[in-house]
Amino acid sequence: MPRLEIRNLRFRDRGPYSFRIEGGECVGLHGASGAGKSLLLRAIVDLDPRTGSLRLGDLDADAVAAPRWRRAVGLLPAESGWWSDRVGDHFVDFAAVDDQALTAAGFDRSVRDWQVSRLSTGEKQRLAIVRLLHNRPGCLLLDEPTASLDQQAVARMEALLLGYGATHQAPLLWVSHDPAQLDRVCRRRLFLESSGRLVVPGGSLDER
Amino acid sequence: MSVKPLSPLDLALAASLVFLLGLLSWRLRLGLGRQLAIGAIRTTVQLLLIGQVLRLLFAHAHPAYVFALALVMLAAAGREAAARQHRRIRGLAGWLIGSGAMFLSSFSVTVLALVVIIGNHPWYAPQYAVPLLGMLLGNTMSGVALGMERMTETVWQQRMIIEQRLLLGQTATEAVREIRRQAIRAAMMPILNSMATTGLVSLPGMMTGQILGGSSPMEAVNYQILIMFLICAGTGFGATAAILGVERRLFDARHRLRLDVLRTVGEASGA
Repeated sequence: MPRLEIRNLRFRDRGPYSFRIEGGECVGLHGASGAGKSLLLRAIVDLDPRTGSLRLGDLDADAVAAPRWRRAVGLLPAESGWWSDRVGDHFVDFAAVDDQALTAAGFDRSVRDWQVSRLSTGEKQRLAIVRLLHNRPGCLLLDEPTASLDQQAVARMEALLLGYGATHQAPLLWVSHDPAQLDRVCRRRLFLESSGRLVVPGGSLDER
Repeated sequence: MSVKPLSPLDLALAASLVFLLGLLSWRLRLGLGRQLAIGAIRTTVQLLLIGQVLRLLFAHAHPAYVFALALVMLAAAGREAAARQHRRIRGLAGWLIGSGAMFLSSFSVTVLALVVIIGNHPWYAPQYAVPLLGMLLGNTMSGVALGMERMTETVWQQRMIIEQRLLLGQTATEAVREIRRQAIRAAMMPILNSMATTGLVSLPGMMTGQILGGSSPMEAVNYQILIMFLICAGTGFGATAAILGVERRLFDARHRLRLDVLRTVGEASGA
């Protein structure tokens, strides 16, 4: 059962951050805009220079090449990036994309030939989630995964993401500005203060 | 047969054309006046200087002198290539990447041409070595500067997309492959265009000079074909080396995009 373990993570002038998320557990992360929630997620996927130890199950971030670590610890950024004209070209192998995920996101296989330039913000967001799950990450870091979706789509994407976490026993770290959403998806919450200090309610998870 | 010499008056007449253009620039507020003046003065002073230097060098042909002049030319080319960058790589590395690429390609292509192809004795005879290196360096410099500028500018603009590709587990090389390809193509475009029109639209300066100097047209043409091939190869290899160097610098060992190695100079070029 893979568990995400962050120990003494420092980056820029922030940290140290220490916490862990058990396999299959979903933990919320909230805090004011600009408190550095996105920065924390970037540091966990090793996209910014950092120190401290990052582990997912037996996988040690510093023991493997960075691309391998990033595939294992899937980060969904607040704004998704698209580089080709066709949707299908953004998947390692579109033919192998899970039909269930595609349907849950509100698409069918014809989406492969859609033009990226004609996607709405919401469509991009949902497709970005399908694209991330297609990578089969062992853990999900979600930066406002439903920010630009309507209510119906929000419920479906919540179910898809939580379902993925339960099936693969993946730890989930869920950033949201919506307290009601965090109430729905997680039992435990981390709070990032404007000062950059991370508050872990219900006792510290700090390691020695 | 020798060239009809030009008097200072002849040159002054040509300069008056540039002066007229300066007036036009002032009337239309093109803001080119200053650059025109500096360019014209630099052309005059630098060419008069190199004339004196070459006169001395031809009288005392020693490999050390030739090599020293070559290094000065290289340093100037490196400085000029760096000055054309809107987003430069910080510190010595930025200068080293451009100059190193030019050194590798221009010097090796020149030496190859002198020793293997032209086969003059001695091979470093300044009458051949200096003009050849000058032409190669000048063109390679343009290509290297163009390619590096394109690479850093595009990476800067597409940083979000590059990081998205990294997030999905792509390596740094995979994430910038397309940008690298475009940058190398951009660097090659001028020489490819001039190879396509040479002889039809444009008669290159060296060939013109040789014909004015009394060489037979066919002799001049053969030399020009040689030069075009050398410039093409030198620019292509030089620009590729420089762009690969920039790429290495833009990413660290953990495949992170490190835009903090760039330093922005002046206003955006808009290119």
